[in-house]
Amino acid sequence: MLSRTAENLYWMARHIERAENTARLLDATYHSLLMPGHNQESPNAPSWEVPLISMGLIEHFYELFTQLTPENILQYLVTSSDNQSSIFSSLAAARENARTVRGAITSEMWESINSTWLEFKDMSDLQLNPSQVGKLFDRVKRRSHVFRGVTVGTALHDEAYHFIRLGSFMERADNTARILDVKYHILLPTIDDIGGAVDYYQWGALLKSVSAFEAYRKIYRDVIDAQKVAELLILRMNMPRSLHACLDEIDGILNIMITLNNYEARRLSGEIHAKLHYGQIKTIIKRGLHEYLSEFINDMALLSTEINRSFFAINHDWFSDRPYFS
Amino acid sequence: MTIHDEMYEKNGVITPLYQNYQKWLAKQDPDLLNKKHREAQLLFARLGITFAVYGDGMGNERSIPFDVIPRLLSQSSWNTVALGCIQRIRALNLFLKDIYHQQEIIQAGIIPAEQIINNSQFRPEMKHIYVAHDIYAHIAGIDIVKVNDNEFYVLEDNLRTPSGSSYMIENRRMMMRLFPELFSKLNIAPVDHYPEILVEGLRAVSPQQVKQPTVVLLTPGSYNSAYFEHAFLAQEMGIELVEGADLFVKNDQVFMKTTEGPQQVDVIYRRIDDDFIDPEAFRADSMLGVPGLLRPIRAGSVTLANAIGTGVADDKSTYVFVPEMIRFYLGEKPILNNVPTFRLTIADDFMYVLANLENLVVKEVQGSGGYGMLIGPQASRDEIDTFRKKIMAHPEKYIAQPTLSLSTCPTLVEKGIAPRHVDLRPYIVSGREVKITPGGLTRVALNEGSLIVNSSQGGGTKDTWIVGE
Repeated sequence: MLSRTAENLYWMARHIERAENTARLLDATYHSLLMPGHNQESPNAPSWEVPLISMGLIEHFYELFTQLTPENILQYLVTSSDNQSSIFSSLAAARENARTVRGAITSEMWESINSTWLEFKDMSDLQLNPSQVGKLFDRVKRRSHVFRGVTVGTALHDEAYHFIRLGSFMERADNTARILDVKYHILLPTIDDIGGAVDYYQWGALLKSVSAFEAYRKIYRDVIDAQKVAELLILRMNMPRSLHACLDEIDGILNIMITLNNYEARRLSGEIHAKLHYGQIKTIIKRGLHEYLSEFINDMALLSTEINRSFFAINHDWFSDRPYFS
Repeated sequence: MTIHDEMYEKNGVITPLYQNYQKWLAKQDPDLLNKKHREAQLLFARLGITFAVYGDGMGNERSIPFDVIPRLLSQSSWNTVALGCIQRIRALNLFLKDIYHQQEIIQAGIIPAEQIINNSQFRPEMKHIYVAHDIYAHIAGIDIVKVNDNEFYVLEDNLRTPSGSSYMIENRRMMMRLFPELFSKLNIAPVDHYPEILVEGLRAVSPQQVKQPTVVLLTPGSYNSAYFEHAFLAQEMGIELVEGADLFVKNDQVFMKTTEGPQQVDVIYRRIDDDFIDPEAFRADSMLGVPGLLRPIRAGSVTLANAIGTGVADDKSTYVFVPEMIRFYLGEKPILNNVPTFRLTIADDFMYVLANLENLVVKEVQGSGGYGMLIGPQASRDEIDTFRKKIMAHPEKYIAQPTLSLSTCPTLVEKGIAPRHVDLRPYIVSGREVKITPGGLTRVALNEGSLIVNSSQGGGTKDTWIVGE
């Protein structure tokens, strides 16, 4: 398959997944702000800043806005075209990727992505009202579900499909790691709160943001505690948004696509995967969850670069006898 | 000058061809067509069946207005058109081969040498280059107008990168979606298999004797006005849609960059003009093409469809000679008429045209898309004077034709159903044999009285039904 096509498919999927994750993150933040007993004065109060930190956008936000108000945050993360990671920009980019490679996706996939974009434009034209954005987030999530469903249900399971799935899981792994890291970072320092109501709601909101609340209940049948949440979202391979589950997929896909040319991508994913597959939550916590997650995010960035080099950035020199294992 | 409406006989009676359709139409709720029209617009927007409008801001997409009333042609008149088109393309391909090799038609005194040599579309780079199976114009669109019952005229041969075939197919799909009951009632020739004919034709001209030659469609990219069509055709044919940067030339062969490394390309269906196709050979400032592409073409390792230099055969001053070409190369009588055409390089023609501008259509030899035209009967004094000056300065750049009374078809407009002028562009594919898809793209001038059907000039399209007896 054409490198450029593969790259567009990969990014199309990443952008859709990113739109969904941004919606999830904002939705979770929004919900936690509604929780009883939450007090804006407390240093550990859930803040609208959280999604910005998680996405690494806090500095960029303050370049454009002076005040951290819910309205500004929403504008920045939902409808702003100045923010490349806003839901608006993500969906626009996904649509542009899809349009460029229309020939490589099914018409139902294209229709799904195009109408997502048209519908979002219509909806986001409405006033961004913090009390109404919930509906918009739901819509974005649902649309992302539909797109995944249409993809699974209509696309030939060929190389194009693999690149789409690869994009989804690369983005998802990165997002789950970031969400977890930020929550952990912000929440954990106050010992007072641990096991308290605020903590419960905070972790509960986090679980809900990745649709893992019910799964947590099913698996642990216990009060919500940080270590178990971390285990669920990092190591549980049957939890669809956990790092392990994402890496299972990524590693599987790269395993199918392996040629001598992209051996390094496969090796890297195998290494990251192994750490998750054989990891223990005790050890991770002992070492420091934040340190662990930072390393994971770094590893994923390396893998991302390697995927780019192996599949997308083919150049003329490839011809000559390139050393494969350098 | 009476105008022939395709739905009616001269005495105002519905033609036998349209009777079944008209019967159906008469029974419909008057608002139905408007409803279907809105539905079609919505669907086209949702499917993203659009074209970009130049000068209207980058990425500005519009749907081409679509008319829900089909145009009907009988099987017998279609047969005339089809045979005529195939005959023309056979002659034009022989002509192209000839002028890039022996130039017998010039030696025979049928076409003046300067018509070829001085033509900006003539590419000396292609002289004495063998192209697979001697086919130059693999994909052609011939613009045809109907003047009377069974009387057709060719307006123009499009041999470079004719567009619109995707609309032919999408229009049909739309009609089948909107009016499925009509398709079970009438015996309408299918057009959906065009991409199959196309890819089969392209495979047939592969220079390599391989079982599965690699065919790609080369597009200028997603900002091109016809990008939708490029993507559509590539998908329908199951071939890669590539941009210039996806290809490279090495050892006089063309490769595309794939996820598994370079893959050799055998046939390129290009939708980029000659000028931009190879910055090494033609315009150096072009970013769209593939540097060095001319080398593998000359080496015969890749087939470019259409070949470089086909433009010399489809410009409006060469058009004049097509009936002669048919006689010369095929020894046949032309099936389709040319519109009588005045060549301004001929003194008598020049004098006549200058004296009769208000009755003539003047076209730029290299013009397209309905730009650079003068429609005498509809032009103002000033416009005529401006054109007179242009013609006097550069007579070689223009031709002139009498205005034909183009046929009209019933068309849905704001005030209801009204006659509007139409033309027809069938698509002809030359591979192992010359094939034509029944029907083609009917373009309709949506403005009352207008003769200009180009989408860039406010024209729309409608589905064309070849109705079997």
